[in-house]
Amino acid sequence: MSMVPTLLSVEGLTKSYGGVHAVRGVSFELRAGEILALIGPNGAGKSTCFDMLNGQNIPDSGRIRVLGAETTGKKPRVIWRMGVGRTFQIAATFPTMTVRENVQVALVSHGGQLCNLWASTARQARDEAGRLLDLVGMGAYAERPCGELAYGDVKRLELAIALANQPKLLLMDEPTAGMAPRERVELMRLTARIAREQSIGVLFTEHDMDVVFEHADRILVLNRGTLIAEGSPEEVRGNAQVRAIYLGEGLLYDARHREGASA
Amino acid sequence: MAFYVVQFLTGLASAASLFLVASGLSIIFGVTRIVNFAHGAFYMLGAYVAFTLTERFSGAFGFWGGIVVAALVVAAIGVLVEMVLLRRIYHSPELFQLLATFGLTLMVEDLVVLIWGPDDLVGRRAPGFKGAIDFFGQNIPSYDLFLIVLGPVVLGVLWLLFQRTRWGVLVRAATQDRDMVAALGVNQKWLFTSVFALGVFLAALGGALQIPRDAVNHAMDLRVIVEVFVVVVIGGLGSIIGAFVAAVLVSELNAFGILIFPKISIILVFLVMAVVLIVRPWGLFGKPEAPARRTPGLTVNPWRPLTTNERLAAIAVLVVAAALPFVGGNYLLTVGSEIAIFVIFAVSLHFLMSVGGLASFGHAAYFGLGAYGVALLAKMAGLPMIACLLLGPLLGLLGAAVFGFFAVQLSGVYFAMLTLAFAQIVWSIAFQWVSVTGGDNGILGVWPEKWAASPSHFYWLSLGVAALAVVILRIIVFSPFGFALRATRDSPLRSEAVGINGKRIQWTAFVIAGTVAGLAGALFAYLKGSVFPDNMGISLSVDALVMVLLGGVETVSGAVVGAIVYKALNIWLVSQTDLSKLVLGGFVVLIVVAFPKGIVGTLEAFMHRRRKSSSSASSPLLTSRIESAE
Repeated sequence: MSMVPTLLSVEGLTKSYGGVHAVRGVSFELRAGEILALIGPNGAGKSTCFDMLNGQNIPDSGRIRVLGAETTGKKPRVIWRMGVGRTFQIAATFPTMTVRENVQVALVSHGGQLCNLWASTARQARDEAGRLLDLVGMGAYAERPCGELAYGDVKRLELAIALANQPKLLLMDEPTAGMAPRERVELMRLTARIAREQSIGVLFTEHDMDVVFEHADRILVLNRGTLIAEGSPEEVRGNAQVRAIYLGEGLLYDARHREGASA
Repeated sequence: MAFYVVQFLTGLASAASLFLVASGLSIIFGVTRIVNFAHGAFYMLGAYVAFTLTERFSGAFGFWGGIVVAALVVAAIGVLVEMVLLRRIYHSPELFQLLATFGLTLMVEDLVVLIWGPDDLVGRRAPGFKGAIDFFGQNIPSYDLFLIVLGPVVLGVLWLLFQRTRWGVLVRAATQDRDMVAALGVNQKWLFTSVFALGVFLAALGGALQIPRDAVNHAMDLRVIVEVFVVVVIGGLGSIIGAFVAAVLVSELNAFGILIFPKISIILVFLVMAVVLIVRPWGLFGKPEAPARRTPGLTVNPWRPLTTNERLAAIAVLVVAAALPFVGGNYLLTVGSEIAIFVIFAVSLHFLMSVGGLASFGHAAYFGLGAYGVALLAKMAGLPMIACLLLGPLLGLLGAAVFGFFAVQLSGVYFAMLTLAFAQIVWSIAFQWVSVTGGDNGILGVWPEKWAASPSHFYWLSLGVAALAVVILRIIVFSPFGFALRATRDSPLRSEAVGINGKRIQWTAFVIAGTVAGLAGALFAYLKGSVFPDNMGISLSVDALVMVLLGGVETVSGAVVGAIVYKALNIWLVSQTDLSKLVLGGFVVLIVVAFPKGIVGTLEAFMHRRRKSSSSASSPLLTSRIESAE
């Protein structure tokens, strides 16, 4: 086994609604600094899986551990305090605050200062917020009202917020949904760079296969609640079942990706 | 045994009327997403119009015809209201819709007194149901039996209407997704209007049918609306079957509660509501709502603390205000004290409503609790004034801690309804628990001690406390706690995902707001020398809402300006006219429709435009906000 520690370990995760098995016996591991994609057709159980990982949904059975500590069934805010940052499919920020204040709130929360009724928030963690904003390329917008930002910038701000608790693990639900093609590439390159530099593990779901195959180190394929394939992008792309169910067949598709890979 | 059966049947009879009104409210909410606070007013109008008609036309035909025609007339008035007023505010934040219909209620109250006079009116008995039926020695009015049958019949008719007619299908579709219904080419305007008409018809019918049981009076609107809110909170807003079950439940609790706690039977209903809210926050038959529309959505400016110059200006204003005793007479000083006290009250609500996004429609409860706290301490325990002023507000704190715990489990309209119901419960306790609170006679003789007795001294005391309260709350707004509160308001999802325990933060905010309101009430008790149940009444809660709204919901200092302008205006108005509720209600409606940013908000927007006049014309924020408010 490699020396890189296991960050996230999921064992036998199961959830059903009535008679429908949304997720059935899903197990996988994620190592520090690794970027793992969870893909699959609509209704495969990606969102259910994700919601259980970040505490918005409680599994029927199975275990989730982050750095060895059990997070199964814990509330999102508790999981966040255990070092898990996250972004949402539709970016969630605080629109009535400035960009800097958005990050400051997360930093203040991380610093355990939420019950402070007296100090001025403006002076709390100001520089640290600025550093995080510089990291995601939003430093120049620090004093702008968050509600005025273009959507691509909101996504980058959200990434800065998600990094405020110095997470070990980043959960990103369709990080590039609703963005223009160029913004997608930029955001994922940024995420990958930060993940490598700080050796953060990233788990993301995504429908854009260009993004998935360019950035994921490893891919999990989910269909009807069960994992049907797991492996490197090349392995998954070559998997006949995955092609039949999800990726589809096509010479053009292959050609485009070979081109993309060599470029 | 027979006695209990009769008690049970009486409960069922009361449930019929309650069900009619509650189902009307539910149907209107389901389609238009407006919680119609004016529903009680329509109920009352139904009773008054039916009274006039049944007095004019005799005989069975005259009576039953009068009841139905009354409901139709009031439904026509409802249509007028919908077309003239509600159509303008369907896309406003829900707080504004609640307030506009509340303003309407106030107007109707005064109009009713103007037309029918202030006295209770006792109507006719229903032809054919005048007698009583003997049940093992107990009398059951036959009209009660008629109502017991009527309830399920109306439920059945509504069910057929919604299941079997094209219109009913459209209404059910619109309840699930009104945008999709509009996209399919249905004329939404008329769908909304017809639904509103049906809802108002049911409310008015409920009121008209009460004539043989109860005297008609001009306070029945608020009494019924509180019960209806309790019913829909228990049954689930938007569910007709829920309205039926909960109406029966609440009526039976009232019928039997009187036997168990004769003085404060409403406690029992409250306990049941609390249990339902813990187990099923969306009511027995309700469905979880999508996250409520955020109330903010009109301003562009992020909040910031005052600059040094602005601080100096504020201090200058305070110094000028403190100089009032050197120029003004005693009357002016008393008015000044009252305004200062209402500044405290308004900023406490502002903290909850603007910073926390929790629009309480029963904030007067904590003001009143503070006032009663002082009165009880001063009269019963005989504590010195300073001790009373410090300890009295603790009763507001206690009330806010208990009620706030339940209230913050909900949001949006549910929160508003629940806080209103709580305030009404506190009011009933003050009204009914005569041995402690003196009931309607209140507690008299709560005068300040010598050091604060003169008008100028009391004015300085009030002004000082007000300045302190404003400064402390402002500091909290910009503290990490204040940011956490705003974060929870802005995005519950994101705040939870950065480790913020939103419910606990909101609860704390509720307690802070309740305590500060209690402080205002404590001073008020000394100013007036007495406390009455009306110190926690609904109209006082509305006053506070209007003050915040008038100043600007989305500004930091709006509440202060709003309180000063509104209170001064109000005191002047009351001295000028007997129809203060009519003017006040009209004023509320006008602000909501024409002036939603308030005084400070409008000024800020004006300054903002001037500063940015060279840059882009339309702000992307504003457009995106308007979209999200749809």
